[in-house]
Amino acid sequence: MSAIRELYQQVILDHNKSPRNYHAMPDATRAVDGYNPLCGDHYKVYVKIDHGIVTDISFEGSGCAISKASASVMSSMVKGKTVAEADALFAEFHRLVTGTSAGDDDIQRLGKLAAFAGVSEYPARVKCASLAWHTLHSALSSDQSSVSTE
Amino acid sequence: MEIIAHRAAPDILSTALRVAGCRHHFPVLRQWVNGKPLVYLDNAATSQKPQIVIDAMMRYYESENSNIHRGVHYLSERATEAYEGVRRKVAQFVNASDASEIIFVRGTTEAVNLVSYSYGRKSIGPGDEVVISAMEHHSNIVPWQILCEEKGAKLRVIPMDDRGVLLLDEYEKLLNERTKIVAVVHVSNALGTINPVKEMIATAHRRGIPVLVDGAQAVPHMKVDVRDLDCDFYAFSAHKMFGPTGVGVLYGKTRHLEAMPPYQGGGDMIKSVTFEKTIYNDLPHKFEAGTPNIGGGIGLGAAVDYLVDLDMDAVAAHEHDLLLYATQAVQQIPGVRIIGTAPMKAGVLSFVIDGIHPHDIGTILDDEGIAIRTGHHCAQPVMLRFGVPATARASFAFYNTKEEIDALVRGIDKVKEVLG
Repeated sequence: MSAIRELYQQVILDHNKSPRNYHAMPDATRAVDGYNPLCGDHYKVYVKIDHGIVTDISFEGSGCAISKASASVMSSMVKGKTVAEADALFAEFHRLVTGTSAGDDDIQRLGKLAAFAGVSEYPARVKCASLAWHTLHSALSSDQSSVSTE
Repeated sequence: MEIIAHRAAPDILSTALRVAGCRHHFPVLRQWVNGKPLVYLDNAATSQKPQIVIDAMMRYYESENSNIHRGVHYLSERATEAYEGVRRKVAQFVNASDASEIIFVRGTTEAVNLVSYSYGRKSIGPGDEVVISAMEHHSNIVPWQILCEEKGAKLRVIPMDDRGVLLLDEYEKLLNERTKIVAVVHVSNALGTINPVKEMIATAHRRGIPVLVDGAQAVPHMKVDVRDLDCDFYAFSAHKMFGPTGVGVLYGKTRHLEAMPPYQGGGDMIKSVTFEKTIYNDLPHKFEAGTPNIGGGIGLGAAVDYLVDLDMDAVAAHEHDLLLYATQAVQQIPGVRIIGTAPMKAGVLSFVIDGIHPHDIGTILDDEGIAIRTGHHCAQPVMLRFGVPATARASFAFYNTKEEIDALVRGIDKVKEVLG
């Protein structure tokens, strides 16, 4: 497969076209805005947290296929996970997109997120892939109401 | 084939021949990217450099490098003469009355900041107004915003229509006795619109209002005559006109520059310094504190020589031809919308594709060896006006060819295939 097809895998194209959990959540515990000022991408990530568990998550906003698909896959992966598990997944995802994963075992644990492995060939797109994750991290861990990749 | 040998009237054929002979002057264009020949269509961001510019800078560092305006020694005199020679060349290139009206700065951004800081802080007070246009680059918005905020003045904006044409009736209505300066872009970097700056300057002058023109995207692509325009200030950058980064020009009318306080203090901008009083240097040195980018200036001089030999009318004719060809080809692709459709345009083609983010367009084109710019182009208000978060922008220079535009069109088809 060519590098460009590796980047735009079917999972990514699918989640870009039909993003999951793509809606506002008026009764969210936390809602945080994430911006990439370089390309104008903007997402709002909503979470409901109950006793340290992410019981619900949604997002809305606009950006490139990589950032939108990443937000969509993320939302379907972290629902039901503890805050610590979600953060650990982010750490692993970050290693994947920066090409620093320890090995195939790591990548297999990522499930659908493994579709983003091609991003590591495109350093300029790492921020796209991780924007929603940074935003989620902020929602789970701090009092910030917005986060920027710059 | 040497460009000098082809200075006949710029009909399309001779222009094409001349361009065919010029492309090889640009070493960077000879490379392959991602297994494809490089198609460089990001000239509005920065242009490529011909060998003679690279050589001139190398020669300077190899045989003339020295500080200027100071030493009595041989090298310093040679460097000073070379640097001041560039000032005279630039003055002639834009038809300034005198070389002392040419101030060397870091680039267009610094030129605008110099005027807003020096002219602005002296002339603008509470309740006064600064007029800019809806299609300005951030560098011709933010310095004025800072000034207005500091002085309690107001920023007024000339609106534009859906094609990206400024509404001149509205412009005239904005001007009043509180308007202290108009700052407007000559050619829009995001839309390609060529604004009728000569007419706009005349309109402002009828009310005694001075005008600054941001010419960053104009000077590399058309003949600019500051006396014909009658602008009060004109700003441009060397790196967009086939010269090096880090050097640019502020042209200013002598009477304004004489009346303006210095922008920065330091060496070279003084005649004498005591702890009690400093006497400032004459123009243009009053505005050039510190050792300037001498090597960059030498490169700018070589770029001006190159453009003079090439003939700016021929450059404009060839680029217009490229723009028409590209516009026709790109607008026929289903789902593509061109942003910026003014009747008077320079070689900038901004576009969006239904359902596909410009960032993804840029990545897939890059995979085909095609370099374009994606994003807001430092013109976020323009994006807001057209209701898009970003655009993809192909921008042309005289060394581009129709074959490269064909590659762009094939690239856009590929984008739709991959993301469709």
